Amino acid sequence: MPFTPPKESYNGKIFELGLGNGEKAVAIGGENVLSFHGFEGSTPRKPVIALEVQDIVPDDWPQTVREVYKDVYGDPVAWAVYCQDNLGAEAIALRLAGTHPDRGDISAEQAAETVKKVLAAIKVPLIILGSNHAEKDTAVLVKTAEAAKGSNCAIGKAQEANYKTIAAAAMANDLKLIAMSELDINLSKQLNILITQMGFDREKLITDPMCSALSYGLEYTYSVMERIKLAALAQNDPVLQPPMLADVGMYVWKVKETQAPEADLPEWGALAERGIAWEAVTASSFLISGAELLIMRHPAAVEAVKKFIAEMEV
Amino acid sequence: MALTGVEIFKMLPKTNCKKCGQPTCLAFAMKLAQRQASLDQCPDVSEEAKQKLGEASAPPIRPIKLGTGDKAVKMGEETVLFRHEKKFVNPCAFAVKIEDTLTEADAAKKMEEVLASEIDRVGQKLRVDALFLSNDSGDAAKLEALAKLAAQKAPGVPVIISTKNPDAAGAALGHLSGQNAVLYGADAGNLAGMAEKAKAAKATLGIAAKNLDELSDLTEKAKGLGIEDMVIDSGARKAGEILRDNTYIRRAALKKGFKPVGYPVINFALREDEMLETLVAGLAVEKYGSIVVLGSVRKWKDLALFSLRQNVYTDPQVPMQVQQKIYKIGEPGPKSPFLITTNFSLTYFIVSGEIENCKVPCRLAVMDSEGLSVLTAWAAGKFTASKISQFITESGIEGELEQKELIIPGYVAILSGAIEDKLPGWKITVGPREANGLPAFLKSRA
Repeated sequence: MPFTPPKESYNGKIFELGLGNGEKAVAIGGENVLSFHGFEGSTPRKPVIALEVQDIVPDDWPQTVREVYKDVYGDPVAWAVYCQDNLGAEAIALRLAGTHPDRGDISAEQAAETVKKVLAAIKVPLIILGSNHAEKDTAVLVKTAEAAKGSNCAIGKAQEANYKTIAAAAMANDLKLIAMSELDINLSKQLNILITQMGFDREKLITDPMCSALSYGLEYTYSVMERIKLAALAQNDPVLQPPMLADVGMYVWKVKETQAPEADLPEWGALAERGIAWEAVTASSFLISGAELLIMRHPAAVEAVKKFIAEMEV
Repeated sequence: MALTGVEIFKMLPKTNCKKCGQPTCLAFAMKLAQRQASLDQCPDVSEEAKQKLGEASAPPIRPIKLGTGDKAVKMGEETVLFRHEKKFVNPCAFAVKIEDTLTEADAAKKMEEVLASEIDRVGQKLRVDALFLSNDSGDAAKLEALAKLAAQKAPGVPVIISTKNPDAAGAALGHLSGQNAVLYGADAGNLAGMAEKAKAAKATLGIAAKNLDELSDLTEKAKGLGIEDMVIDSGARKAGEILRDNTYIRRAALKKGFKPVGYPVINFALREDEMLETLVAGLAVEKYGSIVVLGSVRKWKDLALFSLRQNVYTDPQVPMQVQQKIYKIGEPGPKSPFLITTNFSLTYFIVSGEIENCKVPCRLAVMDSEGLSVLTAWAAGKFTASKISQFITESGIEGELEQKELIIPGYVAILSGAIEDKLPGWKITVGPREANGLPAFLKSRA
């Protein structure tokens, strides 16, 4: 009996978004079907994975992942170059963790200097992230946006509490903007509307519906992403058509499963593989549910996810 | 395709006899259409109607049971494509491949690993569910010996026999009678022989097709041979093929009512690279696999895949809840901070994660608020001063603390006075509104 493939086609399409300049520039999005559904539509761009770099020593990262960067951390420029040259990173996500009032309170001016130096040292696109302190991020992201003018970076994250200043800074310096809200399709939609009402071009937005880790709310992010993607495609809702980000590393490398030694919990198996698997499974799940851009920490997890992406092409 | 209530009504006796428990035949028809009633509740329905309605009212993906007893796994009966629409029904089974080319000792070791794979996770017992015994040798006697070994070493663990040879199948299944085993490997060349062996052993037949056309053809032919219980393999092996075929199969079964693929799917994730195998298995968990065959048992891989399956198969309409109790984070002493929050799992995960991260040992009271977050629970009257004070009093935590101080979430600062009134001798401190304020808050107290 012949099988007629029940293909789906949609009216909507995800915006294609470019990051960076020159030969190392990347682009994400552009698809008119669900993730990896190239068998029934067009998926012109592969997902992009950025490796995370911090402006300070990552003393809150567990040993498994900190070990990888032990020769370069403390120096964000060396760290970024290492990710680009030695680990083959397609993009760098610089998290300005040290600007947080509780983690050093590095000034916005100093953060901007760091951004300038990192930008000068790398060819791959840069994503500039604040410390997730709504108030301090406003100051830090305004200064760093100025420093990154013309680089076609993405900056973020703009949230309900601080989006106005950050969106204005991204607009003034012609940068892409990450808009984050908390695990709710309607909140994502609302924030994207508020930002575009300021005159910000929605085709320069990246939606971050808020990430989570395997076993720690993964299903919430997973389903919010699927709902956003379906609304973008099936309902052709332009507000939800920006590509999506999953900021995986920071959620994964703080859960117990990536930290507890095998000696304490023998039934959980080898810590090194467990941590890498935790990040890789979380990341590949969010690629399946709809993310086009990932931020990750462990190069072995990135390698596994890249192999997975290669196998997803039919 | 599912019938409407009116279409069903036309085939009912229309006597309004109420024997089914419904006031009228039309009401009963409506219940049938919504799958809230079963046709055998009507004593007077004609044989012809029974056949027609039975076919139409059968679930679009046939329910199959693998194994028996407390280790049995239910498969099929799925109703949606996306988990936000409705709960995914029957969590997929993980099976580990054991080749009959292994020495008896190596095969036995793998079986023991399967038996030892059970872990307790958020109150559920999770394990590698089944053995996939594979006739790689091509020798019927070797497969039979392996099946015999499985029956001895891992009694009660569901078994899938994989072979292309009906005689080998028959011999192996001889050791698994009454076990609800699966006989996998029926293809265009051996269908009749395999169907016969599966029927004789009351096993589910596993169709091994090369593509979706052949798959639909084989299941129809098997049905013609009297086989009802099947699991299906479209031949997809690469991750992208698994996504494509599983998606087409699920859509065809649910949206088109296409019966030839209305069976649980078996997927193969086996890879040399175990990390990649884990990710491909994860894809099968998320995208419609019912049996996922793996190459090895590894504790780290099991933990990741069990957790993923648990996440994907939770009910999206019921907030995930954590058990009400006082959790110790780190090794709190009598002077350690004592905090309270609600039992919505995300609230708990975020709050406990922040506390764990800042490495200040604490006690965290998690109060049953029916799975609501702090503000919602407060607004709904589930997180009130009297309920909090009752929980704290009944917990008997007093005896463990040097100073009776309770830290409440900043969002319910308004409750502090009322709790102090109801908990004499306690000091109520207002903590930060958001969990991410906890590290600074706790460190400043240390």
